[in-house]
Amino acid sequence: MANATLVHEEIIAPRTPKSLLGAKFAVLGVIWLSSALILRGNSTLPLDRSSLTSVHTWLSGLSSAIDRNRNSNPFFVNTIDKIRSSINTFVNLLQDAISQGTATRSVPQIGWLGVVAIIGLVVALWASIRVAILAVAGFITLGLLGLWQESMDTLALTLAAVVLSLLIGIPFGVLAGLFPKFEKLITPVLDFAQVMPTFVYLTPVTLFFLIGPASATIVTLIYSIPPALRITAVAIREVPWSTVEASISMGSTRWQALRKVQLPQAKRTIVVGINQTIMAALSMVTIAALIDAPGLGRVVVQALETLNVGRSFQAGLAIVIMAVVLDRSTTAAAAKVQIATSHKKPVSRRVTRSTKWLGLAITLVAIYLSNVYLWASQFPGAGLLGIKVAAIADSATGWIQLHLVTVTNGLTNIFSYGLINPIQSVLVDAPWYTTAAALVLTGYLLKGTRLAAVVAICIAILLVSGLWSDSMVTLAATLVAALITVVLGIAVGTWVGRSMRVDRILRPILDAGQVMPAFVYLVPFLGLFGATRFTAIMAAVVYASPAAIKLVADGIRSVPESITEAAISAGSNTWQLITKVQLPSARRAIALAINQGLIYVLAMVVVGGLVGAGGLGYLVVAGFAQENLKGKGLAAGVAIVMLGIMIDRITQAVADRRDVHAKTIR
Amino acid sequence: MNSEIDPTISVHGLWKVYGPNPEKIVGSADAFLPRAELREKTGCTVAVRDVSFDVSDGEVFVVMGLSGSGKSTLVRCLTRLVEPTAGEVWLEGEDIRAASTQRLRELRRSRFSMVFQHFGLLPHRRVTDNVAYGLEINGMSKSARYERAMEVISLVGLEGNENNYPSELSGGMQQRVGLARALASDPDVMFFDEPFSALDPLIRRDMQQEVIRLHHEVKKTMVFITHDLAEALKLGDRIAIMRDGALVQVGTPEELVATPADDYVANFVRDFPKSHILTLRWIARDPTSGEDLGGPILAPTVIVRDAARQILEAGRPVRVMDGERLLGVVTADEILSVIAGPHHG
Ligand SMILES: Nc1ncnc2c1ncn2[C@@H]1O[C@H](COP(=O)(O)OP(=O)(O)O)[C@@H](O)[C@H]1O
Ligand SMILES: [Mg+2]
Repeated sequence: MANATLVHEEIIAPRTPKSLLGAKFAVLGVIWLSSALILRGNSTLPLDRSSLTSVHTWLSGLSSAIDRNRNSNPFFVNTIDKIRSSINTFVNLLQDAISQGTATRSVPQIGWLGVVAIIGLVVALWASIRVAILAVAGFITLGLLGLWQESMDTLALTLAAVVLSLLIGIPFGVLAGLFPKFEKLITPVLDFAQVMPTFVYLTPVTLFFLIGPASATIVTLIYSIPPALRITAVAIREVPWSTVEASISMGSTRWQALRKVQLPQAKRTIVVGINQTIMAALSMVTIAALIDAPGLGRVVVQALETLNVGRSFQAGLAIVIMAVVLDRSTTAAAAKVQIATSHKKPVSRRVTRSTKWLGLAITLVAIYLSNVYLWASQFPGAGLLGIKVAAIADSATGWIQLHLVTVTNGLTNIFSYGLINPIQSVLVDAPWYTTAAALVLTGYLLKGTRLAAVVAICIAILLVSGLWSDSMVTLAATLVAALITVVLGIAVGTWVGRSMRVDRILRPILDAGQVMPAFVYLVPFLGLFGATRFTAIMAAVVYASPAAIKLVADGIRSVPESITEAAISAGSNTWQLITKVQLPSARRAIALAINQGLIYVLAMVVVGGLVGAGGLGYLVVAGFAQENLKGKGLAAGVAIVMLGIMIDRITQAVADRRDVHAKTIR
Repeated sequence: MNSEIDPTISVHGLWKVYGPNPEKIVGSADAFLPRAELREKTGCTVAVRDVSFDVSDGEVFVVMGLSGSGKSTLVRCLTRLVEPTAGEVWLEGEDIRAASTQRLRELRRSRFSMVFQHFGLLPHRRVTDNVAYGLEINGMSKSARYERAMEVISLVGLEGNENNYPSELSGGMQQRVGLARALASDPDVMFFDEPFSALDPLIRRDMQQEVIRLHHEVKKTMVFITHDLAEALKLGDRIAIMRDGALVQVGTPEELVATPADDYVANFVRDFPKSHILTLRWIARDPTSGEDLGGPILAPTVIVRDAARQILEAGRPVRVMDGERLLGVVTADEILSVIAGPHHG
């Protein structure tokens, strides 16, 4: 007993009691807020939109220097240009096949009929006939929307990125699964790639790889390799070690054990990873439109920039259709692999061999026809459906702006004056040093000097970037959107987590919401609220909510039955059960939801720069468009990265800290 | 024992059927089909089948059976953590099945409590706050509930650990917290669902001792679920043996060991040393004519094991006397047949 007590004291000793920490943060918050209000307007470091600091000019100069030396520097000539031209060749090959004419033909090798037939056949064979029908219908709709070629460009870029992601991600994932040391080495890199708002690596990549398919593909790879790699690593690690041991004990080499034991068992999980890779790639390919990648994304960007709601709806709808088709097909294919490897009864009837040959024959004929005849090559009709969609969206927007203007304006005003403005004005008008000190101290209180140092470095870089004030604008929008997201996440997540029925209804919607490319969320809100900060914030909330809701719901659901039962048996009512048992037990999940919510929201708030959200996102967009603002845009990208790192590190620290108290008992 | 007059717990014809249309199964011929067959036919599982019993004030009533026999479901039906399909449950004269949700919560907060196999402690609360949980949700002030919590914490021997988190405690200590939590509201009835099954054998023995001690000190009525015969015999005033949802026998430990109702019960008690349970009352036989009735005298409540040496060494029949009345005699033969099994051939 004495011994046991001793051990416990050792565990408890280094921990600051929770309430004490809470009190420290309360004091810190009060001091920061009051000093911010007293000293408001001092040292706020504002910078006009068109003004440049010496750092910005230096960055512009750097980028011009890179441009100038591109053809003489051996590193560029031998490495970067080689990579660029091989990726370009690969993407062009795919584009020539399905989306664009070549030097000798005015139309692609395979026209719409061929593509539709191939999609139908592939999905029917690997997934199911039902999903194949959905896929065929979806692709035909793309043509009817008048966006066939744009869709094929998007598809070609996505395919190129997916192939490369898997070629890189799977082997490295296997290595990471086999060698924990290697995994430890690359995890920070993957974290970094996934935490960064996708927006920010666009410019730096074009600096090296120029505008064009290569850059579009590479930015996509940055985003789509991590899921492929991570899931492969998990898949390998999941394979029970006993099976590997057994195989080695029978004399197989390590390589044989990998090929014959680990990979086959890992297959079903890896297939799930392919689905995520495809969705990540599609999402990024549409955003790459900002650096002139062809396809549906470009249509959306152009429409957003000209505030053409109808057109943006039309292209947004096409992206949604593409996303649904790709997601359903790969999900169904993954399910089929899982069924095949788990030896359960197949759910759907098996396609007979003769049907397969028939399908193949029809597809070949369709490819031939689409290669030879114009009617089967270019999608017929003038995209009347697309025009109709645009017209409906336009008139709906018009109607809303006419009749619901009080509602939408009211909402905008309530949030603007009640939430966004106060937060923004405190952050923007506070002297930089009070906010900086508060952030560094937060880091220190949470995790000691290391986190404090990370935060301090991020702040220093923010200051050097000369964009402190814009950073505070972005931070304010991010905090507001995250606040709404977290409230929504906890409320809806609790609801979903407590009821299987609600779960069954809402989960497919949440899943669908998560696979949509981020871009399309701007479209409906642009129609509702016009080009305002509020549009960006609402789009961010909708974009981030599914992840937050699912995290909270899973957290609530994973509270052991034994705990809730004991609480009910003690006489808790529903409210007490939720607030005293389920939410506190799920606090780590909630902390993660806050972390994820902030990261997602930051990414989207930045994209909101396209539709008038101001702040850093606007500067990045301006940097794409105007040569003299290029350096400032690069600096804004760096500032966004610093904000992202700070937000991520601090919220992760909160999650880890709470974890200390929340060790689940089994 | 006056259980017929005023039982604390009274259960009549209790049923719990899982599956579609459970009411249809109750009382039908289907209910007596083997489980697998019934599930095949109707998709239903009869977890508790037509169970009736009474528990009197201050009694420790043990329910024992193999895993899946319906013990957990039965004990949860008593407090409606699981909603019974049919039957009556009366606790302290109150019809539990007719109680409103509100009333049920009141009862759970003040009149009965439960100790669970997997403890069910709140990981984010310190020991004190776990123990005080029931008082907290009942609206007791902070100082009052902490005072009460400290009382029960010392009652179960956890002083010095009140500020620890559950994850910092061993399994045995965690279950002490579970015990303290159940005691905190000073309930009249305590339910235990295999509370010690997850613990190591040595710690389990300590905890059983603890329950016996607590029972002496606080005199609660207890319903105790276990699948461990030794535990049942050690703790139970009476034991109910459960099989496939039904009670096959209810009796004192001695009754079960001496006269098992069927092979199922006999199988349970077969490997348990009868001499540790049976008293002389059960093995005394009528004296044969002319037998020596001048031997030593023993009371009928003496356990065989404790009397064995004296009887074997007596060299003549030992008389079993209840006061002035002669109940019978015991010789080395009877002792040996308890310890080593009856004569063969
Ligand atoms: N929620 C439930 N739904 C369906 N069947 C259940 C449920 N809970 C228990 N059962 C079934 O009821 C039977 C009795 O279970 P239980 O009361 O847990 O037995 P024990 O506690 O004796 O191991 C088992 O066959 C079990 O499968
Ligand atoms: Mg049980």
